[in-house]
Amino acid sequence: MQTITYREALNQALAEEMERDDTVFLMGEEVAEYDGAYKVSKGLLEKFGDRRVVDSPIAELGFAGLGVGAAMGGLRPVIEFMTFNFSILALDQVINSAAKTFYMTGGQLPVPMVFRGPTGAALQLSAQHSQACETWYVHAPGIKLVTPGTPADAKGLLKAAIRDNDPVAFMEGELLYNLKGEVPDVEDGDFVIPLGKADVKREGSDVSIITHGKMVHVALQAAKKLEKDGIDAEVLDLRSLRPLDVEAILATVHKTNRVVYLEEGWPYAGIGAQIAATIQEEAFDYLDAPILRVTQADVPMPYAKNLEQIAKPDADRVVRACNRVLYRNGSAD
Amino acid sequence: MTDTSTMSREAGKGDESMTGLEGFETDQLKGFLKEMLLYRRFEEKAEEAYAIGKIGGFCHLHIGQEAVALGFIGPLRKDDYVITAYRDHTQALAKGVEANAVMAELYGRDSGAVRGKGGSMHIFDVEKGFMGGHGIVGAQVPLAAGLGFAIKYREEDRICVCFMGDAAVNQGAFHEALNMAAIWKLPVLFVVENNEYGMGTAFSRVSALPVKERAAGLGVPAHHVNAQDILATWTLVEELVEKIRAGEGPQYVDARTYRFKGHSMSDPVSGTYRSKDEVESKVKQEDPISLLRDRLFDAELLTEDELAEMDREVRAVVDEAADFAEEAPFPAREELYTHVYSEVNEHGRLFFDGRDREGED
Ligand SMILES: Cc1ncc(C[n+]2csc(CCOP(=O)(O)OP(=O)(O)O)c2C)c(N)n1
Ligand SMILES: [Mg+2]
Repeated sequence: MQTITYREALNQALAEEMERDDTVFLMGEEVAEYDGAYKVSKGLLEKFGDRRVVDSPIAELGFAGLGVGAAMGGLRPVIEFMTFNFSILALDQVINSAAKTFYMTGGQLPVPMVFRGPTGAALQLSAQHSQACETWYVHAPGIKLVTPGTPADAKGLLKAAIRDNDPVAFMEGELLYNLKGEVPDVEDGDFVIPLGKADVKREGSDVSIITHGKMVHVALQAAKKLEKDGIDAEVLDLRSLRPLDVEAILATVHKTNRVVYLEEGWPYAGIGAQIAATIQEEAFDYLDAPILRVTQADVPMPYAKNLEQIAKPDADRVVRACNRVLYRNGSAD
Repeated sequence: MTDTSTMSREAGKGDESMTGLEGFETDQLKGFLKEMLLYRRFEEKAEEAYAIGKIGGFCHLHIGQEAVALGFIGPLRKDDYVITAYRDHTQALAKGVEANAVMAELYGRDSGAVRGKGGSMHIFDVEKGFMGGHGIVGAQVPLAAGLGFAIKYREEDRICVCFMGDAAVNQGAFHEALNMAAIWKLPVLFVVENNEYGMGTAFSRVSALPVKERAAGLGVPAHHVNAQDILATWTLVEELVEKIRAGEGPQYVDARTYRFKGHSMSDPVSGTYRSKDEVESKVKQEDPISLLRDRLFDAELLTEDELAEMDREVRAVVDEAADFAEEAPFPAREELYTHVYSEVNEHGRLFFDGRDREGED
């Protein structure tokens, strides 16, 4: 095992896939000469040249669409958004072109490509630079969505996303790039994590905290706090939201009968809403309490430090939600 | 339906701006006429079928703009790409998509070009290099840049022709894509089918500059052509295609044309936004088919009998397409859930499998 950062893990995945397959190229703002806004593509220009690592103009709609066209033309583009906040400009090409083309062409034209970059809140970046974009991407059939929370997941899932034959949105955590973790050594062969497999990040029997992406770490913090209170929480990291590991969700519900969904996004029509719907449709009789959600407050992200803090989901709120589904008064209250 | 013998005879008379017949073989000229007649008859058949409810949805006819399809696609190689907007039937025919497949798609049948999944606005035939059929105004322009990027990436000498309406030049996607095509010298021919209107809005009301000048400042060489004149169009396109193939980068053409019918089948031909007189005078004087026909008559390269025979032949193709479409099966119910994803992952649920409909029927 190597201990590397989330950023290095992504960099390794990109380099290995570009090495393996000449049709893979990386395009986005600042990805080449500047090494990437978050240095994810560090050294790739030097290694692969400007044919395959391409600095784009600031034109999200344009270069996202160019990526879709290149995929239609037989390449496997990796389109980097400096952050997914800016990808809102590109959503027409993501949804109307990338997601719908295979269907609209009666199966003639697959669109194998990856849209990647950071999503979610960083620190005090306020409304336009701090938002979770999962719902916009997961809503449209035809696209897949992956949200790795650890260096190992980042590497294994990015490699799988690049090899997948459909458009995949790959959302990274802006605050995770420096996170270190164990990742299998390069010499130990291809490390690929298939899409659609959730991962139990902590085993437990009293309550299930289901989550994805960066929030995995908040869930683990909450589980630690609950442990002090004698509560054994399970943390299920979905890792990919489409395809969704429904089996793993049902398994944890069958085990604990109580669920809290934790996400960084807004509550209205959020990921938790979908998960709650699926659980009540398929495991209603196993529930001992309503499913609760811990999300960002239903407001644009404020700037002021104190307001930002209460707008974001945190471990204490997760603890309180867990206590509520357990019908007990916990210490965090 | 227009009869070839009743199509205006005044067209093009004494118009010295027309390109001469020199440089074209007689057979080629007759071929042009027959091909454009096929497009016209095809669209007339679609119009007829729409009127009796055989075709639904939005259906945009290309009548009046046939020389654009032929002039910009005819000179291409089979392995070149063509991509366009929703007004796409005749471009598909021009790129070699079978009339049967196009008509069956309009009828929403399983034998249609995209198996009944796309309809009039989304004809595709990837094997023929016909890359659609796109419904969001301007969205195909970045896609064309991407096809061009893929060609260049693989060091091929193919090119991509990208059609768009005049209204598309006001979209950000247009400017973003032309800019990238210019900086990376992508092998794309951008063609604005300038029919003077975007639905009911005259181009002059939404642009301070004419179409040709809208690419200025992006570094893509701009041209204009009377695209009712197939010979002028063909000649220009041959020249531009050669340049693009030689690696000179993108080109841009303001192809001046006119739409003889309403914006789509649900719209009137004329009305508040353009007068009946305007349309009638254009139909009389600028019909690309009549223009070519009369020049062939005048040069005594074509007889009335030959023309009648030509028309019989293309009508037979179109009738056969309509019969084929009529007979073709509708897509099976199960097709609702096919082709959502090209790779169904081994793990997890993709949610398109009909589970959302369980127990409904
Ligand atoms: C982004 C977008 N906005 C609006 C429409 C609705 N719409 C369809 S066609 C059209 C006019 C387009 O005109 P033009 O580009 O000149 O093409 P033409 O129809 O003349 O061939 C409009 C407004 C659309 N399809 N896409
Ligand atoms: Mg127009």
